[in-house]
Amino acid sequence: MANPVEQFKIEPLVPLDIGGVNVSFTNSALVMVVSVCLVTAFLTLSVRGRALVPGRWQSMAEVFYEFVANMIRDNVGSQGRKYFPFIFTLFMFVLFGNLLGMVPYTFAYTSHIIVTFGLAIIVFVGVTIIGFARHGLHYLRMFFPQGAPLATAVILVPIELISYCSRPFSLAIRLFANMTVGHIILKVMAGFIVALGVFGILPMAFLGAVTVLEFGIALLQAYVFTILSCIYLHDAIHMH
Amino acid sequence: MPQFDPTFFTTQLFWLYVTFVVLYVLLSTIAMPKIGEVLEERQRKIDDNLDKAAALKTDAEAAIALYEKALASSRAEAQQILRTSGEALAKQAEQRQKELGERLAAQIKAGEARIMAAKDQALAHVREVAADVAKSASTRLTGVVLDDAKVSAAVAVALEERR
Repeated sequence: MANPVEQFKIEPLVPLDIGGVNVSFTNSALVMVVSVCLVTAFLTLSVRGRALVPGRWQSMAEVFYEFVANMIRDNVGSQGRKYFPFIFTLFMFVLFGNLLGMVPYTFAYTSHIIVTFGLAIIVFVGVTIIGFARHGLHYLRMFFPQGAPLATAVILVPIELISYCSRPFSLAIRLFANMTVGHIILKVMAGFIVALGVFGILPMAFLGAVTVLEFGIALLQAYVFTILSCIYLHDAIHMH
Repeated sequence: MPQFDPTFFTTQLFWLYVTFVVLYVLLSTIAMPKIGEVLEERQRKIDDNLDKAAALKTDAEAAIALYEKALASSRAEAQQILRTSGEALAKQAEQRQKELGERLAAQIKAGEARIMAAKDQALAHVREVAADVAKSASTRLTGVVLDDAKVSAAVAVALEERR
């Protein structure tokens, strides 16, 4: 039985080095490139017909577009429109990363903590910059709620500070853990099918159900990642 | 787990940011404006059609109002014509009736006069006949021929008594 974590192994396809830093083109990078190509092709080719009554593909592209647009309108407000392209890119990148990971023999880049953390840190740094740019030093009030007694600052400020700084970690770990665990379960179940022979029908049925669940999780986690980013953005724009 | 092997952290982050930026540029400059345009166009078309429908509705309402106004005025006109013609006809009928009445009254009067004359004539004849009968009868009975004047007077007296 193959090691269930072997599927997460990174393999350099084209070794590259820029100024002593390893930037080899790996299987992970390949799937990222494929994902970019697929997202772009999907979103541009589907609306090429500019049909008044959309077909299947155009409907899907419009659904994703309006889904994210509504998410920003509801969670960030009208001032969030500026960040719509970024949030939409984030959503599509995570979603296609999750979905492509479900295709056999590919690689799920969202199951790598460094990738999810890389995405989360963009959101964190971006949100913090937006917050300070809009509110100046007043943005520090984020760490001390209006109207709280001054004496409570000793407790409240560290708590708020820790909760604020743990945002990228919670974002990154949630996505990474969900994808990793899902893929490990699929792999282990698949191993059982082979090991049990005729009785492998049982884990196979379970595997079928889990696969459906994993597709749901792929969608859901992309949604969660995006909506949390929207909520952080809302905090930065409107404060508490 | 390979995820915690820092050997590939730099390359992972490098390609993540490269692909993410490329995707951001592609989506924000090509894909999203296209989709937005399509959605906007559809919204515009829907709004246009709604506006058109509203305009048509107001047009239809104006036409209905016009039609009803015309209907009401023509109805009033018809009523007016009906009333005036009815009055004229009634007047005419009254006139005719009056004329007819007068004519009939005159005819009745003339007829009565004629009857009166006939009656007088008849009465005069009766007197003559009575006188003749009385003279003939007396002649036959008595053999005396009475004077005409006397017979007439006697008949007149008798007739006066009978009255």
